[in-house]
Amino acid sequence: MGAIGTVRAGRAIMATLLAGAMVTLAACGGDDDGKKDEKATKAAPQTPGSTPAADTKPLKGTVTVFAAASLTETFTALGKQFEAAHPGVTVKFNYGGSSALAASINQGAPADVFASADEKNMKLVTDGKSADGTPTAFAKNTLQIAVAPGNPKNVKSLADLKQDGLKVAQCAPQVPCGAAAKTALDAGGVKFTPSTLEQDVKAALTKLTLGEVDAALVYRTDVKAAGAKVVGVDFPESAQAVNTYPIVPLAKAPNADAAKAFVAFVLAEPGRTALTAAGFQAP
Amino acid sequence: MIGSPRVRRRVRAERPRRGGAPLALLVPGLIGLVFLVLPLIGLLIRAPWSDLGSQLGSTEVREALKLSLFTATAATGIVLVLGVPLAWLLARTDFPGRRLVRALVTLPLVLPPVVGGVALLLVLGRRGIVGEWLDDTFGYTLPFTTTGVIVAEAFVAMPFLVISVEGALRAADPRYEEAAATLGASRWTAFRRVTLPLIAPGVAAGAVLAWARALGEFGATITFAGNFPGKTQTMPLAVYLALETDPEAAIVLSLVLLAVSVLILAGLRERWMTTS
Repeated sequence: MGAIGTVRAGRAIMATLLAGAMVTLAACGGDDDGKKDEKATKAAPQTPGSTPAADTKPLKGTVTVFAAASLTETFTALGKQFEAAHPGVTVKFNYGGSSALAASINQGAPADVFASADEKNMKLVTDGKSADGTPTAFAKNTLQIAVAPGNPKNVKSLADLKQDGLKVAQCAPQVPCGAAAKTALDAGGVKFTPSTLEQDVKAALTKLTLGEVDAALVYRTDVKAAGAKVVGVDFPESAQAVNTYPIVPLAKAPNADAAKAFVAFVLAEPGRTALTAAGFQAP
Repeated sequence: MIGSPRVRRRVRAERPRRGGAPLALLVPGLIGLVFLVLPLIGLLIRAPWSDLGSQLGSTEVREALKLSLFTATAATGIVLVLGVPLAWLLARTDFPGRRLVRALVTLPLVLPPVVGGVALLLVLGRRGIVGEWLDDTFGYTLPFTTTGVIVAEAFVAMPFLVISVEGALRAADPRYEEAAATLGASRWTAFRRVTLPLIAPGVAAGAVLAWARALGEFGATITFAGNFPGKTQTMPLAVYLALETDPEAAIVLSLVLLAVSVLILAGLRERWMTTS
């Protein structure tokens, strides 16, 4: 090959690298699907300057809510009610692991409201001076073992997850549901190796509904929201790992008025009923 | 046989230099350069240099790096074994629907990797079309295994190699193969002894691209293979998850990935791009 190989390879590499670079750019755009906040960032509101006349100004524009994945169903329904109550407002949601949401808020993601699935990740936001005021607890949640309908592997307790060959999906330890799972497992003295540590609770549940795992440690509200697709198994250790959900309007909220109104909406009556119906406990 | 391309190459290499670059190209070109290089500089500036050693020594980083290097290399191996013949079929044979097949082969290039991961689950997952059979027959499942990571990486990386090799094949002069055939070589011998050495640079370039793509794979891996340290948590997954709790660790992990990429490119340059 010698000199020819050398030169030709150089050119081939450069040419392919150039072509590849363009394609990779497109492919990387796809990667972002994993990081859900990207979309929300793009969809973020260009706040139409709310009318300065301070009286009874109607809310308008978009309010962007970053909420824990376990709130998906409840908040989506509440968002529709909020839009109905405030015709000028569009509610946009970005659901994900609370830790990922907290990180992107502290990095300056233009969000109006943050609802976390635990106090630890909310603290990241308050410590990062990203919250407007003190967060308010609005719900409590506990874990269940989700299994396929009919419970084919006969999982009755936390210790049953140790069964040989049983595949279990758990949340990553930095995500609230993962932290809660760890607390519950420690409390019960149960040790096993899960198949995967997912980045949020819905991802863990999806692995179960797809049939890739036999059990998933998720919130009871997720089991309820999944309907007939999964069954929940209670276990006593879950009482040791109760998550409190706080909500707060954000300091750099592009739409501060709507942010406060949405938080009030969740804390007050429409929110209470919806949260209770979804299986959340009162804080 | 080899003399004539060398002469051609020399002639082409000695093009006359032209005057300075026009502003219309220079300005956007420089902006493009800054755009590409600035994020890398940002990574270097924000790196926690003082405790770099302890971060690098952590088992998490070492496990992820080892896993990434292993899976990317294994995926490149698969891609070479399957991709080169596929490229040959596309470049050297004619069959109905060849253009459609070619389009399908390049699809993973533009497909969001997460979608690729979902598709892999539906086929190779425990309830997938092929996966269910694998599970029933051999009691073997791919998701959540290191093999699953390799499969996901090979899936997204293969098109890079196929495109590169197919291009090299089309550019290679078929008369060499024809000459080999007239001298009595079978098509397989001609491929092995004449075509393959001829397109070796294209294969190498494609393999490097495929390896790099596999190393950076995120979406298909986390969707199909899940995330567990030491087993399926590759560097990009570790970076993503570390960013949420320990941004400094994420920066260190990113630096390691960056260093690996630079080393590979530099190594290739030494080997293939230095010309006298």
